[in-house]
Amino acid sequence: MHPDLYRQMLRARAYEVAVADLWRRGLISGEMHLGTGEEAVAAGVVTHLRDGDGLALAHRCSPPLVVRGVPLVRMLRELLGKPDGLGHGRAGHMHLFSREHLAGSSGVVGASLPMGAGLALAASRLRPRRIAVAFTGDGALNQGMALETLNLAVAWNLPLLVVCIDNRWAIATRSADVSGGEPGERAAAFGWQTARVDGRDVLAVHAAAQTLIGRLRKGRKPAFLLATCPRLDGHFLGDPMLRMARQPLTDGRELLGEVAGAATRKGGDLLRRVGGVLRMTRLLVQARAGAERDGRGDPLQQARDAMARDPEVRDRIEHEVHDEIASALEAALIDTPGGVDA
Amino acid sequence: MPECTFGRAIDLAIEHAMARDATIVLIGEDVPMLRAPLVARFGTGRVLAAPISEAAFLGAAAGAAMGGLRPVVELYMVDFIGVGLDAVLNHMAKLDTFSGGGWRCPVLIRAPSGGGYGDGGQHGQSLWGMLAAIPGLTVVVPSTPADAYGLTATALGHDGPVVLFESKLLSAEWLEFLGRGARDSVTFDVPPAGARGAVEPGATVPLGQAAVRRQGGDLTIAAVAVGVHRALEAADRLAAKGIECEVIDLRSLRPLDRRTVVESVRRTSRLLVADEDYVAYGLAGELAAVALEAGLTPRYARVCLEDTLPYARHLEAAALPNVERIIAAALRLTD
Repeated sequence: MHPDLYRQMLRARAYEVAVADLWRRGLISGEMHLGTGEEAVAAGVVTHLRDGDGLALAHRCSPPLVVRGVPLVRMLRELLGKPDGLGHGRAGHMHLFSREHLAGSSGVVGASLPMGAGLALAASRLRPRRIAVAFTGDGALNQGMALETLNLAVAWNLPLLVVCIDNRWAIATRSADVSGGEPGERAAAFGWQTARVDGRDVLAVHAAAQTLIGRLRKGRKPAFLLATCPRLDGHFLGDPMLRMARQPLTDGRELLGEVAGAATRKGGDLLRRVGGVLRMTRLLVQARAGAERDGRGDPLQQARDAMARDPEVRDRIEHEVHDEIASALEAALIDTPGGVDA
Repeated sequence: MPECTFGRAIDLAIEHAMARDATIVLIGEDVPMLRAPLVARFGTGRVLAAPISEAAFLGAAAGAAMGGLRPVVELYMVDFIGVGLDAVLNHMAKLDTFSGGGWRCPVLIRAPSGGGYGDGGQHGQSLWGMLAAIPGLTVVVPSTPADAYGLTATALGHDGPVVLFESKLLSAEWLEFLGRGARDSVTFDVPPAGARGAVEPGATVPLGQAAVRRQGGDLTIAAVAVGVHRALEAADRLAAKGIECEVIDLRSLRPLDRRTVVESVRRTSRLLVADEDYVAYGLAGELAAVALEAGLTPRYARVCLEDTLPYARHLEAAALPNVERIIAAALRLTD
């Protein structure tokens, strides 16, 4: 295990844990999509980037930005809506941009692919041997603009790496229930070089990204990396489906009552009705299963286990990351009543 | 008459119409979860989970309507209509004309809209002005549960495409889902009369008919959705200063009830538009044109969204047409 990969994963996780706490305190408004579970993918890919490489992100944008080295205090200040945040408090967490890092994000699902294609085009014209990376999800690959980019990037032979984080979900729907074919096969059909990795295994991601990015820098055709990983905190913080899955008798009571009421009213084809209710039940079971943080499913735990051979280095990294996040939080909360202790 | 929430009123109107009319189908992302009771009642054949593919499912809705169905399409937010605008702008809205008037496109687009819960400028837009500019579309913007039910019910019997705006600030379900997330640590400035109220099952509200929510002779305030409630609160406070406002809830922007606006402005000679949509090239300017075309030259002001909606809660609250901004503009018009 390369210690820096563990450090970057830990930074990404600790940042998100801090964000979740700020959100619960009501200091962050609106939807807050955490990238918990995606740390190995972010660390394994983004550590290959150099100055002049572009980074196009979606609504779950924190882990790649943290790994890319965007100042944490300015990111946190943006989430808190402060004038010295990345977007002067006017953008919010789905819309984090850092021109210095050529990094942009979007709350419109699928938009990172064309954005990445454009950053790659600019790189190919202006910055030799520089590339762009677009992070997206399996659900987003059903957007027209995403599928069109699969064609465009090949047609223009763009130095673009698309990293598809496959968490099996399209918001609150199972991807498989609304998708035909498989993401990697789609890209391959358009002529992309493709690879598939276990997105919980940071070394596997790192190696695959190294190969693909290395080829891109030499002018090879666009590359598609499919990385499977869990979604540990649901679609966003406060995800009602996750709450229902965890506590059906309290958080699911109202909906279950409505469903039961509706089921007794005169309506459509019985088989289709029963099938729909069964599918909903299955969704809840899957939501709960996907969000198990302990054990083998958590990529951070896997990385930590891999560091066990070098406990001194591991402990030092953990202390340093803890201190880094704590001091970033303290600086970000300097003008918030109660500060970090509230 | 039973009371219900704003969002529930729309749900009820859709459920009642689906029970009556087997050609109505519901399409949208996550609808099996978001509209689980409709799945339990009507089955997966009529409640269709869509992939995240607005361009495809809006376009398919247009085609399905051409083929005899009456699709209800749910967007997560009106902001995302940008992804599939072609289907609305170039197809649903044009079929009537291109077919010589013989072929209509009965699609209802349910579009949650607006800010007030700190979700940023890509998730809090209103955009009804942009959509109401398109010939062939009907655009309705209710401000109360009764109108939400009534306009939805009317739209589901209408033979052309309708965009129904559902203000997220009025819709307790959306506000919980997108804004609160089971937290007690956040608050929202929700107008109570818009969020909950009496709904009469079966009652429809005609298209193109405004409602005068308050009568007054000094100043006409025209608004929709949350803006109506802000205007009414401003009118209360202005009355204490001796200024009597007439508050018009337009309810429907296309068709627009020009007569109610013109008659009011003719009496008051002052027009103020309170609109959560963008200030330029939209509803506010349209109402000025309506007055001018009627031969009126009222004193005029508009309180709208001037720029991209900011994320920070205090900046957002200041950018939206709030009560203080409406009062300040009203005082300038009546000094």
